[in-house]
Amino acid sequence: MALSTADVARLAELARIDLSPHDLERLAPQLDVILDAVASVSEVAGADVPPTSHALPLTNVFRADLVRPSLPAEAVLGGAPAVEDERFRVPRILGEEQ
Amino acid sequence: MDELMDYDDAMAAYDPVLGMEVHVELNTASKMFCGCDNSPGGEPNTKTCPVCLGLPGSLPVVNGKAVESAIRIGLALNCQVAPWCRFARKNYFYPDMTKNFQTSQYDEPICFDGHLNLEVDGRTYRIEIERVHMEEDAGKLTHAGSTGRIHGAEYSLVDYNRAGTPLMEIVTKPIRGLGEHAPAVGRAYMAHLRELMRALDVSDARMEAGNMRCDANVSLMPKGSDELGTRTETKNVNSLRSVEGALRYEIQRQGAILAGGGRVHQETRHWHEEGWTSPGRSKEEAEDYRYFPEPDLVPVAPSRAWVEELRATLPEPPAQRRARLQEAWGFTDLEMRDVVGNEGSLDLIAATVAAGATPAAARKWWLGELSRRANEAGVDLSGLGVTPAQVADVQALVDAGTVNDKLARQVFDGVLAGEGSPAEVVEGRGLAVVSDDGALGAAVDAAIAANPDVAQKIRDGKVQAAGALIGQVMKAMRGKADAARVRAILLEKLA
Ligand SMILES: [Zn+2]
Repeated sequence: MALSTADVARLAELARIDLSPHDLERLAPQLDVILDAVASVSEVAGADVPPTSHALPLTNVFRADLVRPSLPAEAVLGGAPAVEDERFRVPRILGEEQ
Repeated sequence: MDELMDYDDAMAAYDPVLGMEVHVELNTASKMFCGCDNSPGGEPNTKTCPVCLGLPGSLPVVNGKAVESAIRIGLALNCQVAPWCRFARKNYFYPDMTKNFQTSQYDEPICFDGHLNLEVDGRTYRIEIERVHMEEDAGKLTHAGSTGRIHGAEYSLVDYNRAGTPLMEIVTKPIRGLGEHAPAVGRAYMAHLRELMRALDVSDARMEAGNMRCDANVSLMPKGSDELGTRTETKNVNSLRSVEGALRYEIQRQGAILAGGGRVHQETRHWHEEGWTSPGRSKEEAEDYRYFPEPDLVPVAPSRAWVEELRATLPEPPAQRRARLQEAWGFTDLEMRDVVGNEGSLDLIAATVAAGATPAAARKWWLGELSRRANEAGVDLSGLGVTPAQVADVQALVDAGTVNDKLARQVFDGVLAGEGSPAEVVEGRGLAVVSDDGALGAAVDAAIAANPDVAQKIRDGKVQAAGALIGQVMKAMRGKADAARVRAILLEKLA
């Protein structure tokens, strides 16, 4: 299926992972092998077998709309590398708004 | 600053095509996939848990009430309800979500193919609904640094209280044929949805609080063409006025580009309250979310019986309710249009009527005196601080002759100043009209004595001169007299 280094560079950019040209050259063929291995599943499943998205044959698993205790803020923020004003402090984001 | 084409010139050359994407936060007690408190506000990061923080090993479970709300919204918009649908992961990397994806729905929305009829300035527009899907809201970022705008920020601070709030996305099909009315129809569409969400009681639907957010898409088609132009999507449109302003601005901006032989870039734009839009990220670049079915959540398959059960809970459609109330209240079309055009007044009048006032009196107070005060204070009518029951009480005092209309305004002053109920304000401020003939008679005598010339004219039959003396008596009584009674006593004395 030939995953190009350009494909990998694009994915890395979306995932905000900094990869050097050397990394790209090395990883693209490795990822390609992984994708090939996964793709072999399609050889087993015929066109009449729909893709499975869930391992369990269940539907409509719902929770009642009840409030349960949340974690204390200290616990939540305790694992963060940087905190300010009871908020997670993160590096500035360039050029994108969600 | 962008070059803008004159709006009328743009309308002469192009037909705008709208597309509205509206996000509605549900008012469920708990979040979409976890039991964290979904009420607004609170100290930062106090309403989170391993699920909404996306910690490893946590497992989301769908809030059944949110699914119920989604189906009710879809039914109210005349949608089909999917017999089977799944959640999907929308992958993106941005710190407003810890998981690096938003749990959403992709090509299997829970509701689809709906429509609604909008009445704007006497014309009816049919708006086709493409889909209603379920997802979760993201956390809130504060951009610290020199400018406060994201590009100039040194770093950002994140509060995840809102992350995981149930969010419904309602998307229209392209809306054509609106012509110059496009901005007004866009605004009316938002107003309609807001009214509907409140009638369904599924959301607080307060745009200013971000409960309801609109992404307004617009493109221009040269007149006579039926090929869709390149659209832009304007975000941060957080009031009805902004919806109209943003659409109008984009029409004028795109018109200037096209008329100059240029090409409109497909992009996200950011609305500024001062009345302009600026470019955000470019769509072709950013939109690569690599959706796939959410493996941690099983499919949602609403039974037909459940859907019908929910259909039976739908409230009376707002347009139908308006027609019914107009009939019951005996308002003319013009009177009703004023009511509908005055944000929130319909519900307030209905509640005031329910509290015992006549429809005409309720309408008079809310659209007159109280609207004026709300405008002055820069608040919504419902945020003024006067309740329908208080308005009914004031009107009852007027009907009983305890106060006149002029004094009633002072009663509202007192109510707004927190001096208690209307009756308590009348008591506390001594506002009751003096109807004691003895006291009035004395005041009339004094006015006659002070103005012998005028009194003589009235004795001579010049009844129209009575106004001057009545005015003096009212002044002497500080407005707290029944003017008709004063007139009667005066004419009796000078007969
Ligand atoms: Zn949670």
